[in-house]
Amino acid sequence: MRFRAKIVDLACLNHFSRIINTIAKLAKTCTLRLTDSKLYFILADKVANGGVSMWCDLCQGNFFDEFQMEGVAAEHNEIYLELVPENLSRALKTAQSAKAVKIKLTNKHCPCLRVAVELPSLSSSSRIVTHDIPVGVIPRRLWNDFREPSVPDFDVSIYLPMLKTMKSVVERMKNLSNSIVIEANLSGEMNLKIETDLVSVTTHFKELGNPPWASEDGCQSSAPGRDLESMAEARIDIKKLQQLLAGQQVNPTKALCNIVSKRIVHFILLHEDVSLQYFIPALA
Amino acid sequence: AEIFQEFAVQEESVTFRINLSVLLDCLTIFGTSSLPGTSTALRMCYCGYGYPLMLFLEEGGVVTVCKINTQEPDELLDFDFCSTKVVNKIILQSEGLREAFAELDMTSEVLQVTMSPDKPYFRLSTFGNAGSAHLDYPRDSDLMEAFHCNQTQTNRYKISLLKPSAKALALSCKVSIRTDAQGFLSLQYMIRNEDGQICFVEYYCCPDEDITEAEL
Repeated sequence: MRFRAKIVDLACLNHFSRIINTIAKLAKTCTLRLTDSKLYFILADKVANGGVSMWCDLCQGNFFDEFQMEGVAAEHNEIYLELVPENLSRALKTAQSAKAVKIKLTNKHCPCLRVAVELPSLSSSSRIVTHDIPVGVIPRRLWNDFREPSVPDFDVSIYLPMLKTMKSVVERMKNLSNSIVIEANLSGEMNLKIETDLVSVTTHFKELGNPPWASEDGCQSSAPGRDLESMAEARIDIKKLQQLLAGQQVNPTKALCNIVSKRIVHFILLHEDVSLQYFIPALA
Repeated sequence: AEIFQEFAVQEESVTFRINLSVLLDCLTIFGTSSLPGTSTALRMCYCGYGYPLMLFLEEGGVVTVCKINTQEPDELLDFDFCSTKVVNKIILQSEGLREAFAELDMTSEVLQVTMSPDKPYFRLSTFGNAGSAHLDYPRDSDLMEAFHCNQTQTNRYKISLLKPSAKALALSCKVSIRTDAQGFLSLQYMIRNEDGQICFVEYYCCPDEDITEAEL
């Protein structure tokens, strides 16, 4: 098992750091899956996470100038590592004005991701700051736990409103209630609602637009002939939603959510070269 | 009422009790910092006893509706502070008091206020762990807008009761300080909002009864 990669371009580095910062806000521990073309950050839906799951993938070619990996075996040319993304995020913080960042999988005393940041210095030789981030190697027999989640048979799919507004509203609502109801219909309308003994607050978003889902392999995106005005709704943990919104450091190119009534809300956030999917289950 | 573009109350007075932090969260539902060029519109309605307070807020086409449950109003303390029974009155520019209030020795249990037609005219005193501190404002100071003191009065007030008024002081441009014969203190803060409209916050405090005039 080998892995080494290098980023030289500062813009790519900053972009990569922002993504890691976002992941760090969403998961304490997650799985990093490496293939020869892509990196995946995966959080499987365990009870410990509150049933939340995450899938983020990016093309290595868009970030790394050099990227070499050798998986566990020829037919399984992949590496699965368990890591604490906050550690990676902190290591990359030192790289804000770096000349280059090299990442390498090492196993001196225990498996680590070695992040070597080459910083400019006044003398002829560069300064190098090295961070060793402990990782766990996930054996092949467990790889099935981390399969790409399928898009659920949703009732409604709708584009999200401006994240800045959604973030403000959800943050205030978080002070008032533990759970929030998201409802939306196929007429581009979405409501966020909280209701407690003291207060009820509803925010109405209109004209959001509903994404057109091409029906691949014959599966229908939403029930044909579904009443356009009828709302699909799910009550979810407001902290999880707030975490997702607070973690967005850059406005995504596309942001939408799929609601399976009373079951789950599936968020998809796309930046040009990164796709982040986040599943929040409905509360009992 | 001039702060509002529309203001209609059908009864002579309407009173209810409401949770302030909930009200504040609802009023700031779109966030506290507004982008230049955006404004938030607010409409408030109350249908009467037993009904919730309704807030309708709109910003950029997004509408939020809040229904806040109201409660039985507490009995309002009537300090019976009458303008005709005022013994001493001064009006100060707030900037003069702001620093003083920020630096008050909080280890002192009381804030002592002396108002007099003679020196020291207007004095704020604290008695803390490190010692006592006195802050004097001369009657001919630039900050003094009005000075009408007829009698020397020294009163002590629990500092913990007065400290929260510093928030109103911070927003105000002028403050009027009045005492009556019983030593009740009235603080009136004049606050000017962004549109230049004026509103007042009034603070009443009774003197600390543990200390009597005789002891001073």
